[in-house]
Amino acid sequence: MSLLTIQNLTIAFGNHKVVDDVSLTVEKGSITAIVGESGSGKTLTAQSILQLLPGEATVQGAITFNGEKQTNAAITQWRGNRIGMIFQEPMSALNPLHTIDRQIIEAYCWHKRVPRSHAKAKEKLAELLDAVGLTYLKTRARVYPHQLSGGERQRVMIAMAISNDPDLLIADEPTTALDVTLQQQILHLLKDLQKARGMAMVFITHDLLMVRQIADHVAVMHEGKIVEHGTVETIFSNPQKPYTKMLLAAAPRGGPAPLKMMGESESTDLVEQPILSTTLSVHFPIKTGVLRRTTGVVKAVDNVSLSIRAGETVGIVGESGSGKSSLAFALLKLIPSTGPIVFMGNRIDGLTAKQFRPLRRQLQLVFQDPYGALNPRMTVGEIIAEGLKLHEPKSTDHAARIHEIITQVGLSPDMLDRYPHAFSGGQRQRIAIARAMVLKPALVVLDEPTSALDMSVQAQVLELLKNLQKTHHVAYLFISHDLRVIKAMAHEVLVLKKGELVEHGPTEKLFANPQQTYTKALFAAAFGEMI
Amino acid sequence: MALSPITKRRIATFKANRRGYIAFIILVTLFALSLMSEFIANDKPLLVYYKGQLLTPIFHTYIERDTFGGDLESEPDYADPWMHHEICKNGWMIMPLLKYDYRSIAFDVERAPSPPTTRNPLGTDDQARDVLARVMYGFRLSMIFALLLVSLSSAVGITLGAVSGYFGGFFDLFFQRFLEIWHGIPVLFLLIILSSMVVPNFWWLLGLMLLFSWMALVDVVRAEFLRARNFDYVRAARALGVPELTIMRRHVLPNAMVSVFTFLPFMITGAIGTLTSLDFLGFGLPIGSPSLGELLAQGKNNPQSPWLGLVGFFTLATLLSLWLFVGEAVRDAFNPRKIFAGRA
Repeated sequence: MSLLTIQNLTIAFGNHKVVDDVSLTVEKGSITAIVGESGSGKTLTAQSILQLLPGEATVQGAITFNGEKQTNAAITQWRGNRIGMIFQEPMSALNPLHTIDRQIIEAYCWHKRVPRSHAKAKEKLAELLDAVGLTYLKTRARVYPHQLSGGERQRVMIAMAISNDPDLLIADEPTTALDVTLQQQILHLLKDLQKARGMAMVFITHDLLMVRQIADHVAVMHEGKIVEHGTVETIFSNPQKPYTKMLLAAAPRGGPAPLKMMGESESTDLVEQPILSTTLSVHFPIKTGVLRRTTGVVKAVDNVSLSIRAGETVGIVGESGSGKSSLAFALLKLIPSTGPIVFMGNRIDGLTAKQFRPLRRQLQLVFQDPYGALNPRMTVGEIIAEGLKLHEPKSTDHAARIHEIITQVGLSPDMLDRYPHAFSGGQRQRIAIARAMVLKPALVVLDEPTSALDMSVQAQVLELLKNLQKTHHVAYLFISHDLRVIKAMAHEVLVLKKGELVEHGPTEKLFANPQQTYTKALFAAAFGEMI
Repeated sequence: MALSPITKRRIATFKANRRGYIAFIILVTLFALSLMSEFIANDKPLLVYYKGQLLTPIFHTYIERDTFGGDLESEPDYADPWMHHEICKNGWMIMPLLKYDYRSIAFDVERAPSPPTTRNPLGTDDQARDVLARVMYGFRLSMIFALLLVSLSSAVGITLGAVSGYFGGFFDLFFQRFLEIWHGIPVLFLLIILSSMVVPNFWWLLGLMLLFSWMALVDVVRAEFLRARNFDYVRAARALGVPELTIMRRHVLPNAMVSVFTFLPFMITGAIGTLTSLDFLGFGLPIGSPSLGELLAQGKNNPQSPWLGLVGFFTLATLLSLWLFVGEAVRDAFNPRKIFAGRA
């Protein structure tokens, strides 16, 4: 008998069905992954197991766990006791006003009816901290969530979820908010716990690589329906449905176009001469006391050198806090920095805002969040035209050039009168790219341009960027935490850690043979060996 | 100018609040009528035909002796029986609906304040001036005063808030401290002291109140600019090379205007309230001006003539309520939850 059976589950908000006739079984001691892009209904499906859906949702269908029907009486015994749950965002999932020792054993004390001060509770706490690899916290478990790092918080969440030795653990994107190296650690931890305790697990993710690493069974969800399900081997080696095939093909692959293929002329000095080179530092002063005296500095970027040639893509890799975005903003003189910046043979670091303004058209920027990057009060046409009107107020071919670029980014000119809210995330990112490219810049800084997008959309946007690079012979500074994307895009790679340059070199060489331990760890995490 | 979809939706939401929309129509109608007070309530005729000449006394001042052959070397009293007789003998004249303006004295009443009659629909005040005429002119004065004050103070407040929030730094720091001190000054008392030092007229009062009323919007606008200056699309505009002032106007200001518009109707009621209280206390507009506050004060001093207090109260209550209803509808119109309801 299956541990968990979901039959014909349908969840609707008003008339809008978000989960449509989903049936799923989870076997004892196995890991079932639910994979899907955003809006596919995977999280809602998981939340319905413990009746955690928002009140306005209407739910139909039957859920049985261990042969017991889901009823209001049963659910209090399931929640936190026989079924544990881990959420995506470890910061907001923990109560910031309670110490973590209290939060970890709360569910245990409640279900086992023991007071928190009881010796059994203390014993349990120590055992749980051991289990999730937080042994060093045993002596000082009275800490608040904000005193812990993201990875530690996620471990605390896991300790809470397994405190009553549940038969089933639901993990809702447990690693999405974490850096790659931490992702791997948490994934290992989950797999180990699952094996050691013989738990079953429902693992929700958008990342196929993780599914392959950890799961036994996969259910692929798309627009509220289960498109395909089966064992990991069959789905990955022999996908049946076009959507699954598309998802599998969407992982970034291939490499950047070789450099010498690109320039219209074969003249060597065009390729050799860097259009931008710099050795840059960004320091933020720490001011303390009433008089705001500078007592120290945060070195967001410390003496990082880089140079970019025309038509080349330089990738910058690093985890959050490594200073990669600071570096990019400093290059565009959006934040103050020290150190020379030489662009097209001229020093630009000393220029005043006014002197620098004409050069700005050569240096453009695309942001990570496609929702925040476009002014919601302007039409797409106005957004793209803004730079043109500013830098070429006299030329009369604006309309033609806007048409050209909007077609090049794969949208149609009749969309120009619409406002950004009418577009999906991927389309908005195309608009942002069009806004940057219409000025025919020499260098575009891409700050995690695909991180907020679904896998299939991400692949399309990367393809678009490569094509644009070919047509316009533009250089990219490509910032990403995702090494797979970097491998597909960059000619050169810089690895940053805490503001310092750890390693740099041509992509192929670096990926084949990383020298530094940090780089090695990063690569191992990104390309995920089997657990 | 074409309206953006979001503006259209806002107008639709505004209209959907029936009470606010009706209040808005009433308010606009009343204000339009009160702007024409001279043609509705006046002691001068609208048109005079005298000895083959068409005269317009509302626009021109005619001297009685020169034009009509009387004794006075000043403007004639058209309500005087001799003048009436003289004009009607040599032509005709059309009087407005109400034959008094705010300062004309009804000499025919026996004892002021006099109760409502057909000649004085709302009675007269303790100086025998027609209350309805005074209410009309007073309504207009209050509205114009409030609208002027609010537009001036929002211009000042938005500018200072925008600069302070967008550029931050030392200016922001010191400006905030200054605001804190300025906020601490008890406005009404200071206005009373100041208005005893100068002879307060309309413009003096406007200026004095402007000294303090601009602060209402600074915090809201500053907060919006502080928030929006790091939006990605603001950064993108900066990366495009758009000048800072253009960024502020094109990309940031519209965000701030949402909260500003929500505030405006309530600022207007506040301005009307302050003006009325100053007038009520006798520190406001010069003596003789048509003022709702002065009417209330008369009502207080003459409890035996309840029409004074009642008219004052109801006029003010209606005016403030109408603005309040409009304010609620405006707030609805700018509420993103209502604007985007039924979508996503």
